[in-house]
Amino acid sequence: MLAKRIVPCLDVRDGKVVKGVQFRNHEIVGDIVPLAARYAEEGADELVFYDITASAHDRVIDKSWVSRVAEQIDIPFCVAGGIKTIEQAREKLAFGADKISINSPALTDPSLISRLQDEFGRQCIVIGIDSYYDESTDSYKVKQFTGDEAATKDTQWYTQDWVEEVQKRGCGEIVLNVMNQDGVRGGYDIKQLSLIRAICDVPLIASGGAGTMEHFKDVFELAKVDAALAASVFHKGIIDIGELKQYLHANNIAIRL
Amino acid sequence: MTQQSVSSSNDLTVIIDTGCANLSSVRFAFERLNANVVVSADFDVIRSAARVVLPGVGTAGAAMDALKQKNLIELIKSLTQPVMGVCLGMQMLASLSNEHGGRSEQDITCLGLVPTDIGDLDSKGLPLPHMGWNQIDVGDHPLFSGIENGSYVYFVHSYRAPISEYTLASSTYGESFSAAIGKHNFFGVQFHPEKSAKIGAQILQNFLNMGTSQ
Repeated sequence: MLAKRIVPCLDVRDGKVVKGVQFRNHEIVGDIVPLAARYAEEGADELVFYDITASAHDRVIDKSWVSRVAEQIDIPFCVAGGIKTIEQAREKLAFGADKISINSPALTDPSLISRLQDEFGRQCIVIGIDSYYDESTDSYKVKQFTGDEAATKDTQWYTQDWVEEVQKRGCGEIVLNVMNQDGVRGGYDIKQLSLIRAICDVPLIASGGAGTMEHFKDVFELAKVDAALAASVFHKGIIDIGELKQYLHANNIAIRL
Repeated sequence: MTQQSVSSSNDLTVIIDTGCANLSSVRFAFERLNANVVVSADFDVIRSAARVVLPGVGTAGAAMDALKQKNLIELIKSLTQPVMGVCLGMQMLASLSNEHGGRSEQDITCLGLVPTDIGDLDSKGLPLPHMGWNQIDVGDHPLFSGIENGSYVYFVHSYRAPISEYTLASSTYGESFSAAIGKHNFFGVQFHPEKSAKIGAQILQNFLNMGTSQ
Protein backbone atom coordinates (compact mmCIF):
# COMPACT_ATOMS: atom_id res chain seq x y z
CA MET A 1 0.00 0.00 0.00
CA LEU A 2 1.23 3.49 -0.83
CA ALA A 3 2.48 5.06 2.40
CA LYS A 4 1.50 8.50 3.60
CA ARG A 5 4.57 10.70 3.48
CA ILE A 6 6.10 12.81 6.24
CA VAL A 7 7.92 15.73 4.66
CA PRO A 8 10.12 18.08 6.69
CA CYS A 9 10.41 21.43 4.97
CA LEU A 10 13.62 23.36 5.19
CA ASP A 11 13.20 27.03 4.38
CA VAL A 12 16.53 28.23 3.07
CA ARG A 13 17.81 31.78 3.18
CA ASP A 14 21.39 32.70 2.27
CA GLY A 15 22.46 29.06 2.45
CA LYS A 16 21.06 28.41 5.95
CA VAL A 17 17.87 26.76 7.13
CA VAL A 18 15.57 29.35 8.71
CA LYS A 19 12.08 29.43 10.19
CA GLY A 20 9.73 32.35 10.74
CA VAL A 21 6.28 32.65 12.20
CA GLN A 22 3.60 33.32 9.57
CA PHE A 23 6.41 33.91 7.08
CA ARG A 24 8.05 36.68 9.14
CA ASN A 25 10.98 37.23 11.51
CA HIS A 26 13.16 34.42 10.27
CA GLU A 27 15.61 32.83 12.68
CA ILE A 28 18.48 30.55 11.65
CA VAL A 29 17.86 26.88 12.46
CA GLY A 30 21.03 25.27 11.12
CA ASP A 31 23.13 24.16 8.14
CA ILE A 32 21.41 22.50 5.20
CA VAL A 33 23.27 19.25 4.63
CA PRO A 34 23.57 18.02 8.27
CA LEU A 35 19.88 18.78 8.89
CA ALA A 36 18.88 17.00 5.68
CA ALA A 37 20.96 13.96 6.60
CA ARG A 38 19.52 13.88 10.13
CA TYR A 39 15.93 13.97 8.88
CA ALA A 40 16.62 11.22 6.33
CA GLU A 41 18.14 9.08 9.08
CA GLU A 42 15.16 9.69 11.37
CA GLY A 43 12.74 8.42 8.73
CA ALA A 44 11.62 11.45 6.73
CA ASP A 45 10.06 10.23 3.47
CA GLU A 46 11.04 13.24 1.44
CA LEU A 47 12.50 16.72 1.92
CA VAL A 48 11.48 20.07 0.52
CA PHE A 49 13.88 23.00 0.33
CA TYR A 50 12.34 26.40 -0.23
CA ASP A 51 14.62 29.30 -0.92
CA ILE A 52 12.20 31.82 0.43
CA THR A 53 14.14 34.84 -0.73
CA ALA A 54 14.62 33.82 -4.33
CA SER A 55 11.48 34.99 -6.08
CA ALA A 56 11.03 38.09 -4.02
CA HIS A 57 14.56 39.31 -4.72
CA ASP A 58 14.62 38.19 -8.33
CA ARG A 59 17.55 35.82 -8.08
CA VAL A 60 17.92 32.10 -8.43
CA ILE A 61 18.87 29.79 -5.59
CA ASP A 62 22.51 29.07 -4.98
CA LYS A 63 22.72 25.57 -6.37
CA SER A 64 25.93 24.28 -4.85
CA TRP A 65 24.07 22.87 -1.86
CA VAL A 66 21.65 21.01 -4.12
CA SER A 67 24.48 18.82 -5.28
CA ARG A 68 25.80 18.35 -1.75
CA VAL A 69 22.37 17.22 -0.54
CA ALA A 70 22.02 14.80 -3.47
CA GLU A 71 25.43 13.30 -2.74
CA GLN A 72 24.64 12.59 0.88
CA ILE A 73 20.98 11.71 1.27
CA ASP A 74 19.16 8.69 -0.15
CA ILE A 75 15.56 9.91 -0.10
CA PRO A 76 13.84 12.16 -2.65
CA PHE A 77 13.97 15.92 -2.35
CA CYS A 78 12.35 18.87 -4.00
CA VAL A 79 13.91 22.26 -4.63
CA ALA A 80 11.94 25.48 -4.88
CA GLY A 81 12.86 29.07 -5.39
CA GLY A 82 12.77 31.45 -8.33
CA ILE A 83 12.82 28.88 -11.12
CA LYS A 84 11.47 30.77 -14.12
CA THR A 85 13.00 29.03 -17.13
CA ILE A 86 13.47 25.55 -18.54
CA GLU A 87 17.24 25.96 -18.20
CA GLN A 88 17.06 26.89 -14.52
CA ALA A 89 14.90 23.84 -13.91
CA ARG A 90 17.21 21.57 -15.88
CA GLU A 91 20.14 22.73 -13.78
CA LYS A 92 18.45 21.87 -10.45
CA LEU A 93 17.42 18.46 -11.74
CA ALA A 94 20.90 17.82 -13.13
CA PHE A 95 22.40 18.65 -9.73
CA GLY A 96 20.31 15.85 -8.26
CA ALA A 97 16.98 17.37 -7.23
CA ASP A 98 14.13 14.93 -7.84
CA LYS A 99 11.50 17.59 -8.25
CA ILE A 100 11.29 21.30 -8.70
CA SER A 101 8.56 23.35 -7.09
CA ILE A 102 7.20 26.48 -8.71
CA ASN A 103 5.15 29.06 -6.85
CA SER A 104 5.36 32.80 -7.62
CA PRO A 105 6.76 32.46 -11.19
CA ALA A 106 3.84 30.21 -12.15
CA LEU A 107 1.44 32.94 -11.04
CA THR A 108 3.33 35.50 -13.14
CA ASP A 109 3.40 33.18 -16.16
CA PRO A 110 1.17 30.07 -15.93
CA SER A 111 2.51 28.77 -19.28
CA LEU A 112 5.73 27.95 -17.44
CA ILE A 113 3.97 24.90 -15.96
CA SER A 114 3.10 23.41 -19.36
CA ARG A 115 6.55 24.13 -20.75
CA LEU A 116 8.25 22.44 -17.80
CA GLN A 117 5.92 19.47 -18.09
CA ASP A 118 6.64 19.08 -21.81
CA GLU A 119 10.35 19.06 -21.13
CA PHE A 120 10.71 17.00 -17.96
CA GLY A 121 7.45 15.14 -17.47
CA ARG A 122 4.83 16.02 -14.89
CA GLN A 123 6.31 13.73 -12.25
CA CYS A 124 8.93 16.31 -11.26
CA ILE A 125 6.79 19.45 -11.49
CA VAL A 126 5.38 20.52 -8.12
CA ILE A 127 3.25 23.61 -7.70
CA GLY A 128 3.39 25.39 -4.36
CA ILE A 129 0.32 27.45 -3.49
CA ASP A 130 0.18 29.95 -0.64
CA SER A 131 -3.49 30.12 0.23
CA TYR A 132 -5.20 32.22 2.89
CA TYR A 133 -8.71 32.49 4.20
CA ASP A 134 -10.16 35.88 3.35
CA GLU A 135 -12.70 36.60 6.05
CA SER A 136 -14.27 39.57 4.30
CA THR A 137 -15.35 37.47 1.31
CA ASP A 138 -15.47 34.08 3.11
CA SER A 139 -13.24 32.54 0.44
CA TYR A 140 -9.76 31.10 -0.10
CA LYS A 141 -7.33 33.18 -2.11
CA VAL A 142 -3.78 32.87 -3.40
CA LYS A 143 -0.88 35.13 -2.42
CA GLN A 144 2.34 35.70 -4.35
CA PHE A 145 5.95 36.53 -3.33
CA THR A 146 5.39 35.39 0.26
CA GLY A 147 9.13 34.94 0.89
CA ASP A 148 9.47 38.64 1.59
CA GLU A 149 6.81 40.47 3.56
CA ALA A 150 7.39 43.71 1.69
CA ALA A 151 6.97 42.02 -1.69
CA THR A 152 4.00 39.80 -0.77
CA LYS A 153 0.88 40.61 -2.75
CA ASP A 154 -2.62 39.36 -3.38
CA THR A 155 -3.46 37.73 -6.69
CA GLN A 156 -6.73 37.56 -8.59
CA TRP A 157 -6.90 33.80 -8.07
CA TYR A 158 -9.31 31.98 -5.84
CA THR A 159 -7.47 28.93 -4.50
CA GLN A 160 -9.87 26.37 -6.03
CA ASP A 161 -9.57 27.95 -9.49
CA TRP A 162 -5.79 28.02 -9.31
CA VAL A 163 -5.68 24.36 -8.20
CA GLU A 164 -7.77 23.44 -11.27
CA GLU A 165 -5.62 25.60 -13.53
CA VAL A 166 -2.25 24.17 -12.48
CA GLN A 167 -3.53 20.62 -12.93
CA LYS A 168 -4.80 21.47 -16.41
CA ARG A 169 -1.37 22.84 -17.24
CA GLY A 170 0.36 19.64 -16.19
CA CYS A 171 1.72 19.75 -12.67
CA GLY A 172 2.49 16.45 -10.96
CA GLU A 173 1.89 17.41 -7.35
CA ILE A 174 0.50 20.30 -5.30
CA VAL A 175 1.73 21.66 -1.98
CA LEU A 176 -1.07 23.65 -0.40
CA ASN A 177 0.30 25.96 2.22
CA VAL A 178 -2.37 27.52 4.35
CA MET A 179 -0.91 30.79 5.49
CA ASN A 180 -3.31 31.53 8.34
CA GLN A 181 -2.05 28.33 9.95
CA ASP A 182 1.66 28.55 9.19
CA GLY A 183 4.02 28.48 12.15
CA VAL A 184 1.31 28.77 14.78
CA ARG A 185 0.99 24.98 15.28
CA GLY A 186 -2.80 24.97 15.73
CA GLY A 187 -3.37 22.09 13.32
CA TYR A 188 -3.73 21.73 9.56
CA ASP A 189 -6.72 23.46 7.97
CA ILE A 190 -8.77 20.29 7.50
CA LYS A 191 -11.74 22.13 6.06
CA GLN A 192 -9.77 23.83 3.31
CA LEU A 193 -7.60 20.80 2.55
CA SER A 194 -10.68 18.56 2.22
CA LEU A 195 -12.20 21.04 -0.19
CA ILE A 196 -9.05 21.06 -2.32
CA ARG A 197 -8.60 17.27 -2.08
CA ALA A 198 -11.98 16.83 -3.74
CA ILE A 199 -10.78 18.69 -6.86
CA CYS A 200 -7.16 17.52 -6.84
CA ASP A 201 -6.33 14.46 -8.97
CA VAL A 202 -2.59 14.69 -8.41
CA PRO A 203 -0.85 13.99 -5.09
CA LEU A 204 -1.64 16.68 -2.50
CA ILE A 205 0.74 17.77 0.26
CA ALA A 206 -0.69 19.60 3.26
CA SER A 207 1.41 22.41 4.68
CA GLY A 208 0.98 24.85 7.52
CA GLY A 209 -0.13 24.41 11.11
CA ALA A 210 1.29 21.11 12.36
CA GLY A 211 1.79 21.21 16.13
CA THR A 212 1.02 17.76 17.51
CA MET A 213 1.14 14.15 16.28
CA GLU A 214 -2.65 14.14 16.30
CA HIS A 215 -2.65 16.92 13.70
CA PHE A 216 -0.84 14.58 11.29
CA LYS A 217 -3.29 11.76 11.99
CA ASP A 218 -6.22 14.11 11.39
CA VAL A 219 -4.92 15.49 8.12
CA PHE A 220 -4.35 11.98 6.72
CA GLU A 221 -7.64 10.56 7.98
CA LEU A 222 -9.94 13.52 7.44
CA ALA A 223 -8.46 15.47 4.54
CA LYS A 224 -7.05 12.36 2.78
CA VAL A 225 -3.87 14.14 1.72
CA ASP A 226 -0.94 12.10 0.38
CA ALA A 227 1.71 13.81 2.44
CA ALA A 228 2.06 16.19 5.34
CA LEU A 229 4.74 18.85 5.39
CA ALA A 230 5.99 20.57 8.53
CA ALA A 231 8.96 22.60 9.64
CA SER A 232 9.09 24.07 13.12
CA VAL A 233 7.84 21.01 15.01
CA PHE A 234 10.76 19.06 13.55
CA HIS A 235 13.39 21.80 13.71
CA LYS A 236 12.55 22.61 17.34
CA GLY A 237 12.39 18.96 18.37
CA ILE A 238 8.72 19.20 19.43
CA ILE A 239 7.95 16.09 17.39
CA ASP A 240 10.41 13.27 16.69
CA ILE A 241 9.88 11.87 13.19
CA GLY A 242 10.47 8.28 14.30
CA GLU A 243 7.94 8.55 17.13
CA LEU A 244 5.46 10.28 14.84
CA LYS A 245 5.66 7.44 12.34
CA GLN A 246 5.21 4.82 15.07
CA TYR A 247 2.18 6.74 16.34
CA LEU A 248 0.60 6.94 12.87
CA HIS A 249 1.33 3.28 12.22
CA ALA A 250 -0.34 2.36 15.54
CA ASN A 251 -3.35 4.37 14.33
CA ASN A 252 -3.63 2.24 11.18
CA ILE A 253 -2.26 4.81 8.78
CA ALA A 254 -0.05 3.35 6.04
CA ILE A 255 3.46 4.46 6.96
CA ARG A 256 6.98 3.40 6.00
CA LEU A 257 8.74 2.48 9.23
CA MET B 1 49.09 -8.03 -14.32
CA THR B 2 48.28 -8.73 -10.70
CA GLN B 3 45.09 -10.29 -9.47
CA GLN B 4 44.19 -6.99 -7.81
CA SER B 5 44.34 -4.92 -10.98
CA VAL B 6 42.47 -7.55 -12.98
CA SER B 7 39.58 -7.49 -10.58
CA SER B 8 39.45 -3.69 -10.38
CA SER B 9 39.57 -3.20 -14.15
CA ASN B 10 36.77 -5.72 -14.49
CA ASP B 11 34.65 -4.11 -11.82
CA LEU B 12 33.61 -0.89 -13.49
CA THR B 13 29.95 0.08 -13.32
CA VAL B 14 28.99 2.32 -16.23
CA ILE B 15 25.91 4.55 -16.14
CA ILE B 16 24.91 5.26 -19.71
CA ASP B 17 24.90 9.01 -20.32
CA THR B 18 21.40 9.42 -21.70
CA GLY B 19 21.47 13.12 -20.90
CA CYS B 20 18.49 12.64 -18.61
CA ALA B 21 17.88 14.28 -15.30
CA ASN B 22 18.56 11.63 -12.66
CA LEU B 23 22.08 10.73 -13.82
CA SER B 24 23.86 12.33 -10.91
CA SER B 25 21.46 10.89 -8.30
CA VAL B 26 22.16 7.39 -9.59
CA ARG B 27 25.91 8.02 -9.64
CA PHE B 28 25.87 9.44 -6.10
CA ALA B 29 24.01 6.36 -4.84
CA PHE B 30 26.68 4.03 -6.25
CA GLU B 31 29.42 6.27 -4.87
CA ARG B 32 27.86 5.99 -1.41
CA LEU B 33 28.47 2.24 -1.80
CA ASN B 34 32.10 2.95 -2.76
CA ALA B 35 31.53 1.53 -6.22
CA ASN B 36 33.86 2.24 -9.12
CA VAL B 37 31.35 4.08 -11.29
CA VAL B 38 31.49 6.37 -14.34
CA VAL B 39 28.89 8.11 -16.49
CA SER B 40 29.65 7.58 -20.17
CA ALA B 41 28.20 7.41 -23.67
CA ASP B 42 31.45 5.99 -25.06
CA PHE B 43 31.07 2.74 -27.02
CA ASP B 44 34.20 1.02 -25.67
CA VAL B 45 33.71 2.12 -22.07
CA ILE B 46 30.15 0.78 -22.03
CA ARG B 47 31.03 -2.47 -23.80
CA SER B 48 33.90 -3.29 -21.45
CA ALA B 49 31.97 -2.50 -18.24
CA ALA B 50 31.32 -5.20 -15.66
CA ARG B 51 27.73 -3.97 -15.46
CA VAL B 52 25.70 -1.22 -17.04
CA VAL B 53 22.94 1.05 -15.74
CA LEU B 54 20.36 2.62 -18.04
CA PRO B 55 18.84 5.56 -16.17
CA GLY B 56 15.88 7.57 -17.36
CA VAL B 57 13.52 10.32 -16.39
CA GLY B 58 11.11 12.10 -18.70
CA THR B 59 9.14 10.54 -21.54
CA ALA B 60 9.83 7.36 -23.48
CA GLY B 61 9.85 9.21 -26.81
CA ALA B 62 12.44 11.75 -25.69
CA ALA B 63 14.59 9.08 -24.06
CA MET B 64 14.60 6.81 -27.14
CA ASP B 65 15.44 9.85 -29.31
CA ALA B 66 18.42 10.54 -27.04
CA LEU B 67 19.68 6.95 -27.39
CA LYS B 68 19.25 7.16 -31.16
CA GLN B 69 21.17 10.44 -31.39
CA LYS B 70 24.03 8.92 -29.43
CA ASN B 71 24.04 5.76 -31.56
CA LEU B 72 23.56 3.62 -28.47
CA ILE B 73 20.61 1.43 -29.41
CA GLU B 74 22.48 -1.39 -31.17
CA LEU B 75 25.25 -1.26 -28.59
CA ILE B 76 22.82 -1.71 -25.69
CA LYS B 77 21.12 -4.61 -27.46
CA SER B 78 24.48 -6.33 -27.94
CA LEU B 79 25.53 -6.19 -24.26
CA THR B 80 26.03 -9.48 -22.45
CA GLN B 81 26.87 -8.21 -18.97
CA PRO B 82 24.15 -7.36 -16.37
CA VAL B 83 22.18 -4.31 -17.54
CA MET B 84 19.79 -2.61 -15.15
CA GLY B 85 17.25 -0.01 -16.22
CA VAL B 86 15.95 2.44 -13.63
CA CYS B 87 12.43 3.88 -13.85
CA LEU B 88 12.05 5.07 -17.46
CA GLY B 89 15.24 3.11 -18.14
CA MET B 90 13.30 -0.04 -17.20
CA GLN B 91 10.46 0.93 -19.50
CA MET B 92 12.92 1.44 -22.37
CA LEU B 93 13.90 -2.24 -22.12
CA ALA B 94 10.35 -3.18 -23.16
CA SER B 95 9.02 -3.60 -26.70
CA LEU B 96 6.68 -0.63 -26.91
CA SER B 97 5.47 2.27 -24.81
CA ASN B 98 2.29 4.27 -25.27
CA GLU B 99 3.84 7.26 -23.50
CA HIS B 100 4.08 9.64 -26.45
CA GLY B 101 4.99 12.82 -24.61
CA GLY B 102 3.28 14.87 -27.32
CA ARG B 103 5.86 13.88 -29.93
CA SER B 104 3.73 11.57 -31.98
CA GLU B 105 0.44 9.74 -32.02
CA GLN B 106 2.09 6.37 -32.40
CA ASP B 107 3.41 4.05 -29.75
CA ILE B 108 7.10 4.46 -29.09
CA THR B 109 9.30 1.56 -30.17
CA CYS B 110 11.62 0.72 -27.30
CA LEU B 111 14.66 -1.55 -27.09
CA GLY B 112 12.67 -4.79 -27.23
CA LEU B 113 14.90 -6.61 -24.76
CA VAL B 114 12.09 -7.63 -22.42
CA PRO B 115 8.99 -8.64 -24.40
CA THR B 116 6.30 -6.59 -22.65
CA ASP B 117 4.47 -3.37 -23.50
CA ILE B 118 4.34 -0.24 -21.34
CA GLY B 119 0.89 1.27 -20.83
CA ASP B 120 -1.05 3.57 -18.53
CA LEU B 121 -1.15 2.67 -14.86
CA ASP B 122 -4.80 2.13 -13.97
CA SER B 123 -4.88 3.68 -10.51
CA LYS B 124 -8.65 3.15 -10.19
CA GLY B 125 -9.16 6.79 -9.28
CA LEU B 126 -6.20 7.20 -6.94
CA PRO B 127 -4.10 10.34 -7.56
CA LEU B 128 -1.60 10.14 -10.44
CA PRO B 129 1.35 10.07 -10.82
CA HIS B 130 1.86 7.13 -8.46
CA MET B 131 4.26 9.05 -6.24
CA GLY B 132 5.80 7.95 -2.98
CA TRP B 133 6.82 4.90 -1.00
CA ASN B 134 5.04 1.68 -1.84
CA GLN B 135 5.58 -1.96 -0.96
CA ILE B 136 7.02 -4.60 -3.27
CA ASP B 137 6.71 -8.36 -3.41
CA VAL B 138 9.85 -9.88 -4.82
CA GLY B 139 10.76 -13.06 -6.61
CA ASP B 140 14.04 -14.93 -6.41
CA HIS B 141 16.09 -12.75 -8.76
CA PRO B 142 19.52 -11.97 -7.25
CA LEU B 143 18.69 -8.26 -7.47
CA PHE B 144 16.30 -8.80 -4.55
CA SER B 145 18.52 -11.01 -2.47
CA GLY B 146 17.84 -10.29 1.21
CA ILE B 147 14.87 -8.01 0.43
CA GLU B 148 11.69 -8.99 2.27
CA ASN B 149 8.21 -8.88 0.80
CA GLY B 150 6.45 -5.72 1.93
CA SER B 151 9.60 -3.57 1.79
CA TYR B 152 8.99 0.08 0.87
CA VAL B 153 10.68 1.68 -2.13
CA TYR B 154 10.16 5.06 -3.81
CA PHE B 155 8.06 5.26 -6.98
CA VAL B 156 7.27 8.14 -9.34
CA HIS B 157 5.46 7.15 -12.53
CA SER B 158 2.18 7.12 -14.44
CA TYR B 159 2.98 4.29 -16.87
CA ARG B 160 3.74 0.69 -16.01
CA ALA B 161 4.71 -2.73 -17.27
CA PRO B 162 1.84 -5.16 -16.65
CA ILE B 163 2.28 -8.33 -14.63
CA SER B 164 3.75 -10.95 -16.97
CA GLU B 165 6.12 -13.88 -17.04
CA TYR B 166 8.90 -11.25 -17.05
CA THR B 167 7.82 -9.73 -13.74
CA LEU B 168 10.62 -9.92 -11.14
CA ALA B 169 8.83 -7.90 -8.45
CA SER B 170 5.34 -6.48 -8.15
CA SER B 171 3.52 -3.65 -6.42
CA THR B 172 -0.07 -2.43 -6.27
CA TYR B 173 -1.59 1.01 -6.81
CA GLY B 174 -5.16 0.60 -8.03
CA GLU B 175 -3.94 -2.38 -10.05
CA SER B 176 -1.02 -4.76 -9.59
CA PHE B 177 1.90 -3.97 -11.88
CA SER B 178 5.55 -4.90 -12.41
CA ALA B 179 7.89 -3.16 -9.98
CA ALA B 180 10.71 -4.94 -11.79
CA ILE B 181 10.99 -6.85 -15.06
CA GLY B 182 13.77 -8.84 -16.64
CA LYS B 183 14.91 -11.34 -19.22
CA HIS B 184 18.37 -12.89 -19.36
CA ASN B 185 20.98 -10.24 -18.48
CA PHE B 186 18.55 -7.33 -18.97
CA PHE B 187 16.41 -6.24 -16.07
CA GLY B 188 14.98 -3.07 -14.66
CA VAL B 189 13.17 -1.53 -11.73
CA GLN B 190 10.23 0.85 -11.98
CA PHE B 191 11.07 2.47 -8.66
CA HIS B 192 14.11 4.57 -7.76
CA PRO B 193 16.58 2.48 -5.75
CA GLU B 194 18.87 5.52 -5.60
CA LYS B 195 16.17 7.30 -3.56
CA SER B 196 14.88 4.34 -1.56
CA ALA B 197 17.01 4.67 1.58
CA LYS B 198 18.49 1.44 3.00
CA ILE B 199 16.31 -0.94 0.95
CA GLY B 200 17.37 0.82 -2.23
CA ALA B 201 21.03 0.70 -1.22
CA GLN B 202 20.73 -3.06 -0.65
CA ILE B 203 19.27 -3.53 -4.13
CA LEU B 204 22.09 -1.48 -5.68
CA GLN B 205 24.62 -3.50 -3.68
CA ASN B 206 23.03 -6.69 -4.99
CA PHE B 207 23.49 -5.29 -8.51
CA LEU B 208 27.16 -4.54 -7.75
CA ASN B 209 27.53 -8.15 -6.66
CA MET B 210 26.54 -9.28 -10.16
CA GLY B 211 28.90 -9.41 -13.09
CA THR B 212 32.00 -9.83 -10.92
CA SER B 213 32.74 -13.49 -11.53
CA GLN B 214 33.00 -13.88 -15.31
